Amino acid sequence: MKFPAKVWIGTALVAATLIALPFALAYAGTAWVRIANFAILYILLALGLNIVVGFAGLLDLGYIAFYAVGAYAYALLASPHFDLHLPFWVILPIGAALAAFFGLLLGAPTLKLRGDYLAIVTLGFGEIVRIFLNNLSRPVNITNGPQGVAGIDPFRIDGFDFAQYQTLLGLQFSGPIKYYYLLLAVVIAVIVINLRLQNSRIGRAWEAIREDEIAASAMGINTRNVKLLAFAMGASFGGLAGGMFSAMQAFISPESFVLVESIMVVSMVVLGGMGNVWGVILGALLLSFVPEILRWTVEPLQDALFGRQLIDPEVIRMLIFGLALVLVMLFRPAGLLPSAVRKRELMGQAA
Amino acid sequence: MTLLQADRVTKRFGGLQALSEVSFSIRGGEIFGLIGPNGAGKTTLFNVLTGLYAPDAGAFLFDGRDLTGLKPHQVAAAGIARTFQNIRLFANLSALENVMIGRHLRSHAGVVGAVLRDRKTVQEEEQIETRAAELLDYVGIRGRANDPAGSLPYGDQRRLEIARALATEPKLLALDEPAAGMNAAESLALRKLIQAVRSNGVTVLLIEHDVRLVMKVCDRVLVLDYGEKIAEGPPAQVQRDPKVIEAYLGTQSAA
Ligand SMILES: Nc1ncnc2c1ncn2[C@@H]1O[C@H](COP(=O)(O)OP(=O)(O)OP(=O)(O)O)[C@@H](O)[C@H]1O
Ligand SMILES: [Mg+2]
Repeated sequence: MKFPAKVWIGTALVAATLIALPFALAYAGTAWVRIANFAILYILLALGLNIVVGFAGLLDLGYIAFYAVGAYAYALLASPHFDLHLPFWVILPIGAALAAFFGLLLGAPTLKLRGDYLAIVTLGFGEIVRIFLNNLSRPVNITNGPQGVAGIDPFRIDGFDFAQYQTLLGLQFSGPIKYYYLLLAVVIAVIVINLRLQNSRIGRAWEAIREDEIAASAMGINTRNVKLLAFAMGASFGGLAGGMFSAMQAFISPESFVLVESIMVVSMVVLGGMGNVWGVILGALLLSFVPEILRWTVEPLQDALFGRQLIDPEVIRMLIFGLALVLVMLFRPAGLLPSAVRKRELMGQAA
Repeated sequence: MTLLQADRVTKRFGGLQALSEVSFSIRGGEIFGLIGPNGAGKTTLFNVLTGLYAPDAGAFLFDGRDLTGLKPHQVAAAGIARTFQNIRLFANLSALENVMIGRHLRSHAGVVGAVLRDRKTVQEEEQIETRAAELLDYVGIRGRANDPAGSLPYGDQRRLEIARALATEPKLLALDEPAAGMNAAESLALRKLIQAVRSNGVTVLLIEHDVRLVMKVCDRVLVLDYGEKIAEGPPAQVQRDPKVIEAYLGTQSAA
């Protein structure tokens, strides 16, 4: 494959920006690096959910459960809770696989459901997982209940500790900056996987069942297997993101995996443009950063205008947030970057 | 040689007897017509044959294999492809991708191949695309390859459905009213296409209301009325059958 020079220059610019970004953000405060890291985690989640919702057309409102499974798998295998301290490169695949298994668990009984009905069942599933996490502290203490698990190990390779402050090549790397690069590498891999999947025999089978399940089966697609595959693949990305979340936070509790989080991820997918990988990324970035930016502007603005906090900033934040979502859905119902028909260059194309 | 043998196929919807003990056989290489007044059970027979509905009784033997009760994708794998009376394309995908999806059965790449894009997968993808483009050419809509299937004119959508079905490499192509809504010129082109398909070695099962089209292209015809077989044979013979004449012109309206 040959790419024109423009593409190379563009890629180089984007790469340079992404590499320099955490240092620029750190300048504004380490909090912003953390926000960027969370934005990347949300991209991971949104891309995973996009496989289920965007590609295969199966509305899943319990997606955060897989994030929880990955997070708890990591927390329980690398913390003082059970006094287990397995290395992260062992646990992350375990977490992803376990999440995939839970994906199958959710997918199998819901194969015949679509649309609203599927949404209700998946929503229930998400809540069941959270309630289990809350209550699996008795009679045997597995999850430590609502108190959550603390002291979770950071990622560590041979003394290189992702949570430690470090000076390398004259540059100061804080923990969040190190995680940023790791997350960036993972998210790039996941983007490539998504793009390649979409443009493949499997991806087309997903789109076929999204468009018309009966026609898909009449064309020889085993709709059961293809749907289960979508559930499992999507869930595994959620599990992977969950493991990274656990390590970054060093503490998790069931509170992080509430229904609102599922809805947030669905909103990212829908707002950005279901089925379009770049749209989904845009949606995740917007919904991660805009509320933070509002958080940092609404308060000072009120102080400047009224000399005091007239309205709770959180309320204004959610208000603007909701309004923005409504506007987007009104004016761009297919999302900001809707997925388009894939065009192909055919050799000897007849006019 | 018999390709498909239907033996006393029966289907009920609640109290409605949609098919009662319908038996017939299709020979390899022929164009077999299925006609009957509205509601006679033609589409139901298609749906039972292609695994969309399970029959209440009776059996299908296809190419020496018992297909009764199989899932639609298994029936497709066995070599029966179909089109739908109320067109069911993947409306938001391009015409080309619709046909590429028809290649699913005859290709193999899984998740690992898709992600790694190894040589074998890349080659397979190229073959899928080339074959799909050829089939669009074959049915005469190559120029619309990149248009969303849902945006094509009605007649082209019917052709696209045929191309998609052919992509599965069927032994039997089952067409449910392919000429519905077509004008005379389109209908003529369709007739030529059906004959071309047959001369390429694919047996055709054709539901059609346009009696003239049926009489022109079919080697043999099965006539259903109220779920019962009332005649089977060459068009000229069936046309003279008093029971058939009565079903179509009959004292009580069929519709
Ligand atoms: N899924 C279903 N549930 C209940 N009744 C059905 C169903 N499908 C078909 N029927 C009934 O079975 C009978 C046969 O219908 P079918 O669609 O097979 O007729 P057809 O011969 O294809 O008619 P047409 O020429 O109008 O397409 C009709 O009375 C129809 O209402
Ligand atoms: Mg019909």
